[in-house]
Parts: sequence; C-alpha cells; structure tokens
Amino acid sequence: MNLLSSGLVRGLLAQTLGTSVGMAFVMAVRVALGLPAWNREPVVVGGALVGAIAFVFGVGAVSDWMKLARGEQISDDHTPDPDKPAWIRYFNVDYDHKVIGIQYGVTSMILLLVAGLFAMIFRTELAKSGMQFLPPEVYNTLMSLHGIVMIGSILLGVGAMSNYLVPLMIGANDMAFPRLNSLAFWVNVPGIILLLSSLFLGGFDTGWTGYPPNSVYAALGVQMFFLGVYFIGLSSILGSINLIVTIVRMRAPGMTYMRMPIFVWAALATALIGFTATQLIGLSFQMVILERIFDMSFFDGTDGGNPILFQHLFWFYSHPAVYVFVLPGLGIISELLPVFARKPLFGYKWVAFSSMGIALVGFFVWAHHMFTSGMATYLRVPFMYSTMLVAVPTGVKFFSWVGTIWRGKISFPTPMLFTLGAVVVFLIGGLTGPPNGLVATNLHLHDTYWVVGHFHNTMFGGFIFPFFAAIYFWFPKMSGRKYSETLGKLHFWLMFPAFLIMSLVQMRVGLLGMRRRISDYDPALGFDDSHMVITIAGFVIGVSVLIMVWNLIRSARRGEQATGNLWNSRSPEWQIPSPVPLHNYEQPIAVVGKPYDYGLPGSVYVDMNPSASSDK
Amino acid sequence: MVHFVIVGILVIISTYFVFNGLVNADLLPEQASLQAEAIDELFNVEWFFIAFFFSLIVVFLLYSIVVFRRKPGEEGDGDHIEGNTKLEIVWTVIPLGIVIYLAILGAQTLGKIEARDPNALEINVVASRWTWSFEYPEYGVTSAELALPVDRQVLLRMRSTDVIHSFWVPEFRVKQDVLPGGEAFVRELRLTPSEIGEYKLRCAELCGLQHTGMIANVVVTDAFGFNAWVMEQTGCEDSEEVCAGFQWAGEYGCTSCHTIDGTASIGPTWRGLFGSNVPLEGGASVVADENFIRESILDPDAKIHEGYLPGIMSAQNFADRLSAEQIEELIAFIKSLE
Repeated sequence: MNLLSSGLVRGLLAQTLGTSVGMAFVMAVRVALGLPAWNREPVVVGGALVGAIAFVFGVGAVSDWMKLARGEQISDDHTPDPDKPAWIRYFNVDYDHKVIGIQYGVTSMILLLVAGLFAMIFRTELAKSGMQFLPPEVYNTLMSLHGIVMIGSILLGVGAMSNYLVPLMIGANDMAFPRLNSLAFWVNVPGIILLLSSLFLGGFDTGWTGYPPNSVYAALGVQMFFLGVYFIGLSSILGSINLIVTIVRMRAPGMTYMRMPIFVWAALATALIGFTATQLIGLSFQMVILERIFDMSFFDGTDGGNPILFQHLFWFYSHPAVYVFVLPGLGIISELLPVFARKPLFGYKWVAFSSMGIALVGFFVWAHHMFTSGMATYLRVPFMYSTMLVAVPTGVKFFSWVGTIWRGKISFPTPMLFTLGAVVVFLIGGLTGPPNGLVATNLHLHDTYWVVGHFHNTMFGGFIFPFFAAIYFWFPKMSGRKYSETLGKLHFWLMFPAFLIMSLVQMRVGLLGMRRRISDYDPALGFDDSHMVITIAGFVIGVSVLIMVWNLIRSARRGEQATGNLWNSRSPEWQIPSPVPLHNYEQPIAVVGKPYDYGLPGSVYVDMNPSASSDK
Repeated sequence: MVHFVIVGILVIISTYFVFNGLVNADLLPEQASLQAEAIDELFNVEWFFIAFFFSLIVVFLLYSIVVFRRKPGEEGDGDHIEGNTKLEIVWTVIPLGIVIYLAILGAQTLGKIEARDPNALEINVVASRWTWSFEYPEYGVTSAELALPVDRQVLLRMRSTDVIHSFWVPEFRVKQDVLPGGEAFVRELRLTPSEIGEYKLRCAELCGLQHTGMIANVVVTDAFGFNAWVMEQTGCEDSEEVCAGFQWAGEYGCTSCHTIDGTASIGPTWRGLFGSNVPLEGGASVVADENFIRESILDPDAKIHEGYLPGIMSAQNFADRLSAEQIEELIAFIKSLE
C-alpha cells in the first residue's frame, strides 16, 4: 500500500517541506534588507508558520476549494472507496461528521495521554521536597505544556462531542459545511506539532498563560507555543461557525429550539463563545510574537507599552474559554441523567437558558483573574459582582439535576456513574469558586494550589467526567460494539476517589501557602506528605485512564455486538442502527413531541418515518 | 413529603459537620496581620455557604441514589415531572440574594484591609529576577531582608526591574503583583503586621527559571527591635560611639518615649532633633545642640518642649543613673539621627 495515499503522511511531508521553504524565504528577505541571513528566531518562526499552512494544503483539506478557484468541477459524492480499508478514512480528509468527530475524539485522547504523562513526570519530581531529577527549566516547560496541551485536548474533545452528536441529535445528515468541518479538524494537527516542538527549542517557562514580559524573555520554544495555540484557536473559530449554522438551519422538521436535545443547547452556547472570543487570545499571543521579532514594545512600560494590557486581552478569551470547556460537559450531564433516571429533565427551559446565561455572563468577568495584577484598583469591585453572578445560572443547573433524579428509577451503568461523579466534582469546583471571586479572599488564594485544586475540579467535573461518560454512552453507537462494564466501573471507582483526594489535598496545601508553578518547595512548610498523596492519587488517575483506553481498544475489536436502543433513549440517534449508517437517517425524520417525556405513556419524540405515517 | 423532611434534617446535620470540619481543620496559616484577621472572617462566612450548598446537593443526590434506585426486576419509568416554575424562581432568586450579600461582604472586607494610615512606614520594594530588595527611604537603609515593626502599618511601594513578580507572605494573606515599566507602574500594598515572628516572602507570579527560589526573609519585631535593626543597618558601621549610644537608648528605655523614626510619642522624637530649632513652653525656642541635649538629660524639666509634659522624665532620675561617658555616647547617637 502506498504511504502517500494517507493525507496525514502527505500533510507531514508538506509541513517539513514548507518549514524549509519558509525559513529560506525569511533568510532571502533578510539578505535583501541587508541583514545577516541567519537569525534563529525570525527564521524559525517564519518557517513554522509556512510549514503549518503547507500541512493544510498537503493533507488536502483545501483541495476542493482550490479546484473551485481554478474553475474545475468537484464531486458531491463522498462515498468511501470500498476497495480501501475503512480505517484509512480516519487518516485522510473526510467530510463525514462522524469520521471527523472520531478524528477529534482520538486526537483528544492522545493529547490527554501526552499531557497526562507530562503531569506524571513533574508530579514525581514534586512527590517530596528537594530537587530530585528535573532541572527547573525542564520542570517549567513540562508544567506549562501540561496546561496548554490539556487545553488543546479539551477543545478537541469538545469538537468531538459537538461534531459527532449535534447532526445526529438534530436529525441532520451532516454538518452545514462539511469541507470547513474537515479543515477545522486538520488545522489542529500542525498546531499540535508546533506546540510539542517547543520541547526541542528550549521549552518555555511561562506557564500556559504566557504573560509578558516573562514570555518576551523566554526561550524560542515560547514562539512555537504561541503559534500552536494560534492554529488550534483557528480550529475553534471555524468549528464554531459551522456548529452555529448547523444548529440554526438544519434541525429536523418539528424540532423547535425548545425541543432540541439539551446537549445541542450547550453546544450552541459553546459555539457562540468560541466564535466571538477566541480571536482575543490569538491577538494577545500575536502581539508577543511581534514584540519578540520586531521589538514592538506593546508590553514594555518604559517604552509606552503596558504589561497589564496583555492580561486583559488574554483573559477576555481565556475566561469565557473555561465555559467552552465545561458547557458541553454540563450538557452531557443534563442529557444523560434523564435517560438513567427515566424521568424528564427537570425545568428544560431553565437548563437551556442557564447555558446561555453562563455564556453571556462569562464575557463580563475576565478581570477576576487580575485582582492582584495591579490593574486599576476601582475595577476590582464591579468585576467581583459580575463574577459572583455566574453562580446563579450554575446553581440552576445543579438544582435541576437534583430535580431530575428525584423520584426517578435510577440505574447505574458506567456512563451514569461518570455523570454522577461529574455532578459531585463540578459541585466542589463550583463551590470553591466564590472564595476566588471575592477580592479580599482572592488576595490570599491567587496563584496558589487552591486555585490549582479549584480548576481541576471544574475541568474534571465540567469536562473529563462528562466526556468519559459520553464516550462510554456513545461508544456502542460509534463502534457497534459494547465496552466492558466491569472495566468501565473499575475505571470509575479508581478515578473518582483518587481525583477527590488529589484535588482536596491540593486545595489544602494552597490555603496553607503552597504557590503554583514551583519546581520545589520548602520542607519547613511541612507539605511533603501532602505532595506524596497528590502524586500517588495522580498516578491512580493515570492508571484508570489507561484502563479505559485498553477497554475501548479491545472492545472496538472484540466487544459484544451492540444492537438496538441500548440505553432505551428517546434521542433520534438511538433509533437507528449502530454504528450509524453512512448518511445517518435513511429518510428525513420529524420531531413530534418533547425530548425527555420519560414516564409519559404513549409519548413520542421522533417520528422516524414521517412519510409512512402521513400515508396512513 | 416524608422524603423532604428526612432530607431536610440530613442537610442540616451535614452542614453542621462540614462547616465545623472546615473551620477546625486549620486550613489557613498563622494570622500575622490585621488584614489577615479581616480576610479570615470572610473565609469563615464562605466556609459556611460552601458547607450548606455542598450538603444540600450531595445529600439530595445520595438520598436519591439510595432511595430511588431501580430495584431488581423493576420495570418502567419514573414519575413524569417536567419541572416547577415556582421552584425555579426560588432557586434563582435566593442564590442571587446570597451572592450579592457575599459580594457586599467582600467589598466591605476589601475596604477594611485597604484602610490607610497616614503614619504608615514607607518601604520601597524592588523585585528583580530572582531577588528582593527593600529600601527604607526614611532611614536611608537598603536591605535584602524585610524588617517590619509590629502593629504599625507599612506602605510598600513596589516595582520590578524586569518581569512581573508578586509579593506574598501567606501569614499576611494579602498579595500584590510587582510590575516592571517605571514610575507609572509602581504598585502599592498596605499591611499591618500583628504578630512578632519570622516569615518568608515568596514570589507568587511565575517569573522564569529560578522563580521557585525567589524568597526573602521577613522579620517582624517590636518597635525597639526594629530600631535596633535600623541601627545595625546604619549607625554601627560608622562609629562605636553611636552604636553604644543606641544600646543605652534601648537599655535605659529612652526609646520607649522617644522614637527614632520621626513619629511623636510621649516625648519628642529624636529623628532630626539635633541642630533643629526646638520650640519651648512659654514661647521661647532653642537650638538643639550638644549642651541642650546634655541639659535635657541631666535636668529634664529645665526646658520643656512645647506640647510635652514636665515631670515624666525627671522622675527617672537619669542624672544619677548615667555616667558622663554614656551621656556623650547618647548625644552622638542622637546626632546620627539628624
């Protein structure tokens, strides 16, 4: 078989070639300007930029548009070649939203394992005080990469869920813009390569926040970090546009907004944030790139700049971004609880609007990351009020979840365990938020392990646990096979307690004075035992995730066939065979009722064959 | 209804235990500043609401899991309850009230910890990768260690020479980033140490390679100890005489009435005294030269500084207790405080 038939291989070759061409181009320009040809930073950055763009061309994500631009015909038939093995689709540009969803999902899991590995390495270093084996520059780089690679993993995981589920849930056969969808996935790959290449270009000791002037002084690796995030951010923007259009335009007949599965609401709120805020992180990173290469002193106070400006731009995206991370997960919780409690989602409208409320309020709270930053002091109190408001729509979700399972008939297969775990973990994440939001206590908590514990709770509760619940829940739909319940439950019962222990101990040492982002700590603080506990718990989480990976890989090959409506769900995707046929729904479906009328005899959500019913 | 009564009772019990657990778990470091006291009060309010809402959700959740679980062989769905608008309004409005209440408390606490004392001791803090330096403009002292007098507000005026750093002593609670960029980016932090002791200042903002080790010692002493520290930083290097004078000033209790940092106390301050024009009770004035100081020690009531009381110092009978040499050394010390 020809290796070049894989788009991924072609993309990687193009990226290598493009990088060389880009470097040569920058050197040529430098010579033309009378500068010495070689200057490591501008040459490498120019090469990286051209290389990443070349990847997108090489993989074939823009081939159809190029053909259109040349006036050539393109085919609208994308039936896969029956002569090629099915798996080859996943290594090529493919316009099927289900393939793209799984591409997103697998890439997300790979990044999760990579970033998790980074965490294991530096947690081992932190297991006791004193320097063990990691020099501080390596520690700082791994810690920074753990953060940003996890964020990449989460964004891709969000993409996986939205891409795979939204068209199925709204009764569409694909996304509105399949080519854009494929491009949105593939730009991630060169972005990830750039991000990880920072390891070999001196690393970066700035944390994932990359505050200047520290990032202005950092090694060349920081440029790769900025560029990588730039491309992953581009993916978010393109994916968001696609989702918004898909949800607005492509719902099945009868599916009014108030009849959409609740996850679709969450995906819509998420896409609105991703579409409007992501530009700001790109802008802020771009300004540092320019400051480093062209000495533009955006953030240099002695030259008319302002070091705090970056933080405003950065957090204007990066705070709403945490809602991008958690809203889809919260949507999954709202989606799965009714199925396993066999009861309607309590207060559907309120849950739907609470997602929108969180998305909206999320835009007015960014400066709560900056209470100690030295921004104008009068800004702190208004931002404290707006921040505290986030608690209200979040609270509505919790109460609705409790209302949903109350008086239900609850069963506890693996996805339900992860959903319930998500509620508890996100609850702790939510409740530990207000102490950060109140300026007075924030002054103590800022930049400590308390914050580390707090956001790990929000990320695990808002993304990781629901994401795993979603994987277990829809794995049979994706693969047509059942996973092992025993291994699934083992995964949960290892990860849930280990995570609680890890994050609670993190918060405790943070309160007692443990700073964030440090490679060592004073033994006099007496934190050695606590850190040992955190490290061991971290490893247990790591092992539990490996169990899941093994479970999924094994089950995809040898699992029991999954037929029919496995979870007895009302959602349309469970009314069709598993794995989902190439074009999803054989004939257009019609929505004739409410999505979560569990317990209402005779109620119907979806009419799978409306033409047949109208014939009667 | 029975379900709600049971859950209600369990929520109350759970709130009680979680709250007490949080309050008694020694979650915060020693309280060593007035600001810490105000902040810790707010923490306690926060612990209460955390305990309550955690209990509320978790008890309902666990109760549902136990009581409403699907029994073996049970078929069918749960009750068809779609929602309850009144309930939704209640659990929107009450939390809204609570967060506004908390924000008001937060603002009040912020007001308390930022209260300004016009007599605050000013210290310039300079942060550079990866060291701290402290300048005391009042004394012309620069030090790598932060010495603070207890129970007196200090105003830290902070700047960085390179990247962003952050000033944090956990025992004081308050934290402030230290910015580069010149005069326009000098940032202030006020704190009032309330406990004598030794602490560590640790940079709390990732500042590059050796961020972990960007630590300075903080020493909080009483006023006398602070004065001793200041002298150690200055006087003793210049002259043994001055140093000895400073020692007597402490041993004989002079500095418990006469400060050396310029603030008024029971007696006039010694800072800037020598060579100044001293206004006397009755309207006259005198230049504070060696003779005036010697006379004021031997016969304190002979000339009384305007605004101070006679009889307090003369009761100490220093004329008999101090040797002529000691008096000369004290004068040398006072001279050094010009």
